[in-house]
Amino acid sequence: MILLSISLWFILEKAILIACIIGLSFFIAMYTTYAERKVAGWLQDRHGPNRAGPFGILQPLADGGKLFFKEEIIPLASNKVLFLLGPGLAMITSLVTSTVIPWGAPIVTDKGSIPLQVADVDMGILIVFSVVSVGVYGIMIGGWASNNKFSLIAAIRGASQMVSYELPMGLALIAVLFMTGSLKMSVIVDNQIHGGWGGFLSWHVWSQPLGFIIFFVCALAECNRTPFDLPEAENELNFGYHQEYSSMKLGFYLFAEYINMFVSSAVIATLFLGGYDIPFVNEASWKLEPWLMSLISFSMLMAKISFLLFVFIWIRWTIPRFRYDQLMNLGWKKLIPLALLNMIITAAVMLWLKK
Amino acid sequence: MNIIQILFWFLSVVAIFSALMVITSKNPVYSVLWLIVTFFSISGHYILLNAQFLAIVNVIVYAGAIMVLFLFVIMLMNLNKETEPQKNRWLKMAGAVAGGCLMLVFVAALKDAGLKDQEAMVNEGDIGLIKNLGKELFTTYVVPFEISSILFLSAMVGAVVIGKKE
Repeated sequence: MILLSISLWFILEKAILIACIIGLSFFIAMYTTYAERKVAGWLQDRHGPNRAGPFGILQPLADGGKLFFKEEIIPLASNKVLFLLGPGLAMITSLVTSTVIPWGAPIVTDKGSIPLQVADVDMGILIVFSVVSVGVYGIMIGGWASNNKFSLIAAIRGASQMVSYELPMGLALIAVLFMTGSLKMSVIVDNQIHGGWGGFLSWHVWSQPLGFIIFFVCALAECNRTPFDLPEAENELNFGYHQEYSSMKLGFYLFAEYINMFVSSAVIATLFLGGYDIPFVNEASWKLEPWLMSLISFSMLMAKISFLLFVFIWIRWTIPRFRYDQLMNLGWKKLIPLALLNMIITAAVMLWLKK
Repeated sequence: MNIIQILFWFLSVVAIFSALMVITSKNPVYSVLWLIVTFFSISGHYILLNAQFLAIVNVIVYAGAIMVLFLFVIMLMNLNKETEPQKNRWLKMAGAVAGGCLMLVFVAALKDAGLKDQEAMVNEGDIGLIKNLGKELFTTYVVPFEISSILFLSAMVGAVVIGKKE
């Protein structure tokens, strides 16, 4: 079955994969909101949500239902088209990034292997960066179109913060790319599974500890999480860039933030924590069914992502918010020089080892 | 018509339409947003030519960074339809004539440039891939590359100096 020289089976395979990944992103984002409130309760020595269902497990559904049935208000003085475009853009950009992440070991069958990755393109990691850099528009357009001074200030804060923190993020990444020699996500993961130092030690977090910390801090800033949640600073800006939004549009903004968290955890896990690699074992010697192998490796990636999400939440309920000048100082005067240093050291060591 | 031709025509129409919208929109914010659409369609053209690195860098640098700064300034100064100054009719006509002359020069220059028999390498050719591009840049063109990096550095220092002045 060939239409326009593209096989329909190929389209079907990718469509199913995309549907699964989007469903998974929504599901994880839903339960991250629940985890956030439970962990907050735990850290503050209280119960957290526990009314809807056993242990409050249905709380995210109740929250979603509440947002759906709220009244939709569009301010009269707002710019209608852009007001609607803002949350949509925020949602799209947060979902698109997940296309290049390898979610598990490929399922090898007699007729060929099915990769658990939507697009294994040459530019892999750069696509993540391009989408992240476009992600600013959701916040900026939404904040400006609301025609509210607080929203505008929040939007501009958010945009300048994201543009500033993209730089150290990219520089920290370059050191990793030196070691892999490829931008393909599958090659980056492969390099960590079959790396020179053997098994678990060839994860990039051991060879690039400074890069990992810089990347993680920048990921916090890119997701607008505490201590970098200045665009949503309630005590200065009321509610930030989504102040005028109500009902599911507000839901989209809040939800996109959690999806961003999930996807950036997945990117960090792929780049630094070995992706779907299972530590301490040589899984090739198990001789398991290929689909079972893929399932196990996928659960391993999920475990790493869950741990990173927990750290995100943990930081939020532990560290207070930065002041704005502190944020800019940290980004431009500390993280960028550190990332440059990391890059130079990595390059020098690699040259020295080659001799 | 194969899929590449369909994509080519689609992207061309989007590029030209959004470029026209950039100059005809009354609201400066709309102009910037249409310009972003133009950059995306041009990136699509790069991908059709298999220049993947150029396509992604175009999105990261132009759509993701430079346009954010444009939007930033326009939003901060709160430029909108009302504050946009009404330009003189003669000035507009002079602009149209000048732009037309420029187009004429381009057409005249490119008409005999021998580009006609060189067909674009669609979906093949690997010079646009990052490996080949990097090797080429750091071997054959290393001196111009370094000189342009020094130019950028001096521009950056200049911007800081101007920004420091009270």
